[in-house]
Amino acid sequence: MEDLSLEDDVDIIMESNDGDDTNLQDDSKEPAAVPPKTDINLDDDLGVSEIKLDDDDDIFKSARVEPEPAKASTNSVSRGTSEEPADTDIPLEDDEHPFKDAHLKPGLQLSGPSPPPATIQQQTLTSFHEEEAKREMEGGDEFIEIKVTSPHKVGEGMSSYMAYKVTTNTNLSYFKKSKPEVNRRFSDFLGLRDKLTEKYLQNGRIIPPAPDKSVVGMTKVKMSKEDESSNQSEFVEKRRAALERYINRTAKHPNLRVDPDFREFLELDAELPKANQTSALSGKNVMKLISKVGDRVSLYTTKMEETDQWFEEKTVMIDNLDLQLRKLLVATESLTDYRKALSGHTYSLSKSLGMLGSAEDNSKLAAVISQLAEVEEKVEKVHEQQAKDDFYLLSELIHDYIGLVGSVKDAFNERVKAWQSWQSHQRDLNKRRENKVKAELASKQDRVNQLRQEIAENERQLDMAQENFEKISRIVKKEFEAFDVKKCKDFKNTITEYLENMLKSQESLVTHWERFLPKIKQMQP
Amino acid sequence: QAYNCLIHFYKRPYRSRYRMSRNGSMSSEVDLDAVDGDSSPLQVKISDALSEKDRVKFTIQTKSEMPEFQKSDFSVLRFHEDFLWLHDVIQENPLYAGYIIPPKPQTPDFYASQEKLQKLGEADSGVLTKEEYTKVKQELEAEYLAIFKKTVAQHEVFLQRLASHPVMKNDRNFHVFLEFESELNVRGKNKKEKLVGMFSTFQKTGDELLLGSTQKDVDEFFEQEKNFLLAYNQQLREVSVKSMKVNSAQKCLADNYIKLSSSLLNIASVEGPGLESFLTKLSDSLEKIRRCESRLAADQDLKLTDCLKYHCLDTAAAKDLLFRRLRCLANYEKANKELDLARTRNKDVAAAENRQSEACKTFERLSTTARAELAMQKKGRVEHVRRNLEQLVELEVKHGKAHSQLLRQAICDIKEM
Repeated sequence: MEDLSLEDDVDIIMESNDGDDTNLQDDSKEPAAVPPKTDINLDDDLGVSEIKLDDDDDIFKSARVEPEPAKASTNSVSRGTSEEPADTDIPLEDDEHPFKDAHLKPGLQLSGPSPPPATIQQQTLTSFHEEEAKREMEGGDEFIEIKVTSPHKVGEGMSSYMAYKVTTNTNLSYFKKSKPEVNRRFSDFLGLRDKLTEKYLQNGRIIPPAPDKSVVGMTKVKMSKEDESSNQSEFVEKRRAALERYINRTAKHPNLRVDPDFREFLELDAELPKANQTSALSGKNVMKLISKVGDRVSLYTTKMEETDQWFEEKTVMIDNLDLQLRKLLVATESLTDYRKALSGHTYSLSKSLGMLGSAEDNSKLAAVISQLAEVEEKVEKVHEQQAKDDFYLLSELIHDYIGLVGSVKDAFNERVKAWQSWQSHQRDLNKRRENKVKAELASKQDRVNQLRQEIAENERQLDMAQENFEKISRIVKKEFEAFDVKKCKDFKNTITEYLENMLKSQESLVTHWERFLPKIKQMQP
Repeated sequence: QAYNCLIHFYKRPYRSRYRMSRNGSMSSEVDLDAVDGDSSPLQVKISDALSEKDRVKFTIQTKSEMPEFQKSDFSVLRFHEDFLWLHDVIQENPLYAGYIIPPKPQTPDFYASQEKLQKLGEADSGVLTKEEYTKVKQELEAEYLAIFKKTVAQHEVFLQRLASHPVMKNDRNFHVFLEFESELNVRGKNKKEKLVGMFSTFQKTGDELLLGSTQKDVDEFFEQEKNFLLAYNQQLREVSVKSMKVNSAQKCLADNYIKLSSSLLNIASVEGPGLESFLTKLSDSLEKIRRCESRLAADQDLKLTDCLKYHCLDTAAAKDLLFRRLRCLANYEKANKELDLARTRNKDVAAAENRQSEACKTFERLSTTARAELAMQKKGRVEHVRRNLEQLVELEVKHGKAHSQLLRQAICDIKEM
C-alpha cells in the first residue's frame, strides 16, 4: 500500500513537467524562484551520494531503504533514479512522512474513498507521535538553532531602520557553514515569509506567520536619538524576541528549511534586496487583500461538500480554538498589565515609606520603616521581572498561536480552493459534453471535433485537479498533525518554564520577607 | 447580615488593651484577655450589626458596674449618624480640649461593592460563564463582607477608646449614647449646617495656618511636637494612598486569574488529548494561586493600609489638640496684654486679673494633659505599628510559601504528564 501513495504523489510531480496549465504548474514556479546565486541546488543530484540532503531527508532514506516502491508507473518513482533534472525541480513536494505512515492511511488512495474511520485517524496520530519521539531519540542528527541579537540602528531619521544580527548554529549539511552570521532588517524577515507563502501555501503547508508590523513603534524608534532607550528598547526587545521565535519556527519545519530562500536568508553575507512589497500599502499587498476578499466571498458562496469527516472536525476545532485563544490573550494581557501596575505602585509605596521613615521620630520604628521601604523595593523588582515573564512566556505564546492558527486556516482554505477548482473543471467538462452532444445532433462536425479536443483536454485537467486536491488534503493533514504535536510541546515547555520562573519569584519574595522579620522582632520594647 | 467578632485596639498604659486584629474570616486570632479584662470599669463592644437599605444598625453592648448606669449589662441600637453626633459633641466640649479626641469612624461605603454586585446580577449571561460568574460573585461578596467588618471595627474602636479614657468615659452624652433605649434620632446635618460645617473646617485650617506661623510656642517640646506631627501626618496620608493603590492592583491581579483559568478550561475542551489534561491542570493550579493572591491582598490591606490610615486620623486628632492648645496660648497671651492694658489705664483691673488667671490655669492644665496624651499616643502608635508590621511580614511569608508550594506541586504534576 505504501507503494501506491508514494507512487501517486510522485506521479503528479512527474506529470507537471509536461508544462501544462495544471494546478501543479505553480510547483514548477519553485525552481524559478531559486536565485541563481545559490550553489546548492536541491533540485539536482537527488538520489546520488554527493547530495547533501542525506542525513535529514527521510525521503531519500526511505527511497533507498524501500526500493520496492519504485514501481510500475511509467516514470521512475524514486527521484533518485530520475534522469531529467527538470523533473526534480520541485524540492520536497511532499513530506518524508508519507513513506512511513503510508501503510496506515489506506483511505488516501487515488480513488478517493470515504474518509478513514476514526480509529485509523488515531492510529495515524499516535504513530506520528512515535515518529517524533523516535526522531528525537535518534536526535542530534539534525539540529538548527537561530539567535536574533544585537539590535542596532542603521541610518538616521525616517530612512533609518533597525538591523538585527542573525546567528545560526546548525549541522544541516546543506548549509555552507555550520555557524553563519548575517545582519538582517525587519522587512527582510517579512520578505522571507512572503516568499515562502508564495511557494508553499498552495501545497497546503502551514507557514509560520511573521511578527506584526507596527508603524507607530517603528516611527518612534526612527525619530529618536541614539541615547534614548527605555520605551523604545522595550519595543525593540519585543520585536527581537518575536523575530527569533518566528525564524526558529520556520527552521523547525522540515520542508521550509530546505528552501533556498530560507538558506540564503541565513547565510548570504550581503544585504538582501529590499523587500519593497512588504510595506502595508504596496501594490502587491493591496492585490493580496483584494484576492483575499475574493477568496472569502467564494468560500461563502460555494460551500464545500466535505466528504472527509476529519477535515470537518478539524475545521470546527480550529475555528473554536481561534476564538478561545483570543479570549485567553485578553486575560494574559490583563495579567501583564496588572502586574506592571502592581510593580509601579509598589515602587512609589517604597519611596513613600522611605520618607515616612525619615519623618518618624522614634528611632527604632524609623529604622524598621526604612527597612520595610527597602524590602518593598526588592519586591517591586520581583514583580517587574514576573511581569516580563507574564508577557514573553504566556502572552506572546498565545499571540503566536493565534497567528499560527491563522496559517492553519490558510492551509485549509487552500484545500478548499483546490476542491473548488476541481469542481469547476468538472462543471466545464459537463458543459462541454452537453455542447458536444448538441453539436452532434446539429451535425456541426467542426464544432464536434473542436469540442472533442477540448473535452480531452478538460478531462486531463480534471484528473490533475482531483489528484491535486487529494495531494493537498494529505499534506494539510500531515501539516496539521505536525502542528498539533509542536503545539503540545511548545505549550508544555513554555508553561513549565513560566511556572518554574514564578516559583523562583515567589521563593525570592519569601526570602526578602523572612530576612526582614527578625529585625522587627528585635525591636520589642 | 449578622456579624459577630471581637475587635481590640491599641494598647493604652492603663486599663484595657486595644489591638486591631485580623478581620480575615479564615481564622480569627482573638486576644481574649484584653476584652474580658475585669480591670476595665466600662466595657463596650459591638455585638451585632445589620445592614438595612442604606444604613447600618449597630448593636452596642455595655457591661459596667459604674453607678451612673441603671443596669450592669445592656444593649442599644445605634446608627452611624449617632456616632458622628457623639464625636462632635465631645470634640466641642471645652472640658476635653486637652485630650486627643478619638477620630470619628468613617462613613460606611458600600456603594462601590453594591454597584458591582448589581452590575454582575444584571450582566447578560453571555459575558461570563457560570463558573466565572460564581467566582466573581464570591469575590464581591467577600469584599462586601470585609468592608462591613472594617466599618464595625472602626465604630467599636471609637467607643472603646472613649470607654477607656479616664475622663471621657464619664461623659454624660456618652452614657446617653450607650444607655438610652429608644432611637437617638440625631438629625443629620441639613444643607445649611453642612455648609457651615465646611466653612468652619476651612476656618479651622486657616486658623491653624495662622497660628502655626504667628504663634510662637513658649515650650520647645510642643513646638517640636507640632512640627513633627504636621510632617508625619502628611507622610502618613501619602503612604496610605500609595498603599491603597498597591492593594487595589494586587486585588485586580488576583481577580484576573478567574478569567485566565476559565479561558484555559475552554481551550482544554476544544483541544485533543495532547493538551486537554495539561491545560485543565494548569487552570486548577491558577485557581488555587488566585485564592492565595486574593488573601494576600486582603491581609496587606488590613495590616498595612488600615494601620496607616488609622494613624493618619489619630495624628490628625493629636494635631487638633496642639492647635487647641495654641489657641489657648494665644488667648492667654491676649489676656496678659489686656491685663497690662487695664493696669496702665487702671480700669477693670480685677476683672482683667481674673480673666488672666483663668486663661493661665486653662492653658497650664491643657499643656499638662496634652503632654501626657501625646506621650501615650506615641508609645501606643509605635507598638501598634510594630505589631502590625510583624503580622504583615508573617503573613507575606506564609502566603509566599503557600504560593511556592502550589507551584511546586503544579510543576511536579505537569512533568508527570
